[in-house]
Amino acid sequence: MPCGLFFSKYEKDDAIFKTVWLKCWMTVLVVLLLTFPLFSQKFSEMLGLNVTNLLNLIFVYIIGAHGLNLLTGYTGQISLGHGAFMGVGAYTTGILANAGWPFWLALPAGGVMTAAVGMLFGIPSLRLRGLYLAIATMAAQFILDYAMRNWTSLTGGSSGLIVPSASLFGFTFDSDQSFYYLALAFAIMATMYLKNLARTRTGRAFVAVRDRYLSAEVIGVNLFKYRLMSFGISSFMVGIAGGLWAYYITIISDEHFTMWLSVQYLAMIIVGGLGHVLGGIFGAVFFVVLPELLRLPAEAATAVYPNIFGIFASLREMVFGLIVIMFLIFEPDGLAARWHTVRNYWKLWPFSY
Amino acid sequence: MQEFLQLVVTGLVIGSVYALVAMGFALIYKSTSIINFAQGEFVLVGAYVCLWFYSGLGLPIVLAFLMTMVFSVFMGVVLERLILRPMIGEPIIAVIMITIALATVLKSAITIVWGTQIMVFDPPIFSQEAIHLGSVRVSEVYLWTLGFAFLFLGIFAAFFKFTRVGISMRAVADNQQVAQSMGISVKKVFAISWSIGALVSAVGGILVGNINGINSALAGFGLKVFPAVILGGLESIGGAIIGGLTIGVLENIMGSYLDVYLGGGVKEIAPFIVLIIILMVKPYGLFGIHEIERV
Repeated sequence: MPCGLFFSKYEKDDAIFKTVWLKCWMTVLVVLLLTFPLFSQKFSEMLGLNVTNLLNLIFVYIIGAHGLNLLTGYTGQISLGHGAFMGVGAYTTGILANAGWPFWLALPAGGVMTAAVGMLFGIPSLRLRGLYLAIATMAAQFILDYAMRNWTSLTGGSSGLIVPSASLFGFTFDSDQSFYYLALAFAIMATMYLKNLARTRTGRAFVAVRDRYLSAEVIGVNLFKYRLMSFGISSFMVGIAGGLWAYYITIISDEHFTMWLSVQYLAMIIVGGLGHVLGGIFGAVFFVVLPELLRLPAEAATAVYPNIFGIFASLREMVFGLIVIMFLIFEPDGLAARWHTVRNYWKLWPFSY
Repeated sequence: MQEFLQLVVTGLVIGSVYALVAMGFALIYKSTSIINFAQGEFVLVGAYVCLWFYSGLGLPIVLAFLMTMVFSVFMGVVLERLILRPMIGEPIIAVIMITIALATVLKSAITIVWGTQIMVFDPPIFSQEAIHLGSVRVSEVYLWTLGFAFLFLGIFAAFFKFTRVGISMRAVADNQQVAQSMGISVKKVFAISWSIGALVSAVGGILVGNINGINSALAGFGLKVFPAVILGGLESIGGAIIGGLTIGVLENIMGSYLDVYLGGGVKEIAPFIVLIIILMVKPYGLFGIHEIERV
């Protein structure tokens, strides 16, 4: 392990992976992720749940969480509408796929459509401060939710819309294992994109807008442009997540894209860490794994209290709310900050001074 | 024309309850700068607790009502102390998120305790009999609701204007530091704001629960205070009242005339469409303060 950083060139300081060790660990991680389906079967049997399925969900949520983190964590604009935006992406992709569009065209089209919708609802962001924006996006959530439910000729309403599996170059991603690679590829792309964006001119402008927007405007950052751009990119990413979700689940209905999903996305990036690339990843993992972890004590408790699965959904929501409250009060910077603290401690261990 | 009048009158009744809840919301925002996404859940908790005292324990309504008020005040103080006070000075997103999480916790707790079935006040507190006002038919319970809503609006308006506590709350809303240096305990004012916020929401919940029965969908009712306060301007209590009444009437009219074209349920989102339009045209509402910021 390196015990300190010493750069002699700016390029080195700017690099994504700053040390050789980091590169090694990243390679190990990527190799592990790529070979994972080989032993996923054993894992699933050992834990009693479908691990590949969970990982696929995690990857999809990572893309969406990165999207929201870009908007909220980097640009400082709150959105309570990302659940519905994900729905816009899912429905657009689903409808286009049903109309015979190939995967590589339908998915980006879903993203672009979502970006357009997101930017439309982002327009008030120029004139509104954080609180008002939260309310505006919440209204967007309700209006889009309503449209998804009631525009039955387009979305199939509550009976749902059936979407074919994704296929690329004649290969169909119709199993958990095959979709795993597709989702992994997109999750890695989203992560790399966010990591890279943070060190470009655009990324720095976003952070400037977040930290002090008036000062940013004074030094020549076009507020309207960057806020709208942030809404666009963020919605695009969450739309892609929605499209992937549609291809994976293959039947989508409005029930999934409610206010609750928006809240979950926000909770992900808050628990994970606002404005950290790791934040979206940790958050997505945390909130996909949490319900599964809660199921174990719930199953154990059925002996004492047989009715527990009747209230399981409510219990889960309650635990969810309590965790978010705890994090906000005791660890407002999220798991990513905790990770950095732990890592820094071990970096110099046992000679920490 | 007669149908229109009918819609306006029933809209005004629901609007008066919006106004009441919106006043609680605006009050909390004005004195603590916290936007309370759990306002709808306060409505829900108040309604259920009163129902439990009344139908469950069989207490007379006046006593059940008073006990609910005491409970709401207690809940407001406890929540402020445990959850919201640590949030003073935190970024806006953290504060918003904590009230959302609070809403989740309250709502799930209610579902665990009382389930999701619709419950009604049994026996009904006010009769449902129809009364004719000219050409408009209104059921008696609506009139009582309107009366009580305005009674409470009046009581609290007087409270802010004339009592010592009310004046100190206005002082804190105006300028926290100056108020503090004049010997007003800002912490106490915050606690009082949350209690009153919870209290008026409980009154709103009881009034609406009388009309439609209570289930967890009532929390959606609380969300409609957002259009009301945005229309009135977030900082303005008078604005919240006018906004509440307007939104009540507007949603009734839009719901009834647009349902044919948009396939039902317009009433649920009409206030939010209005909200978006207001934000685009006049973002700080009718009576809000347009903040001037410096670098």
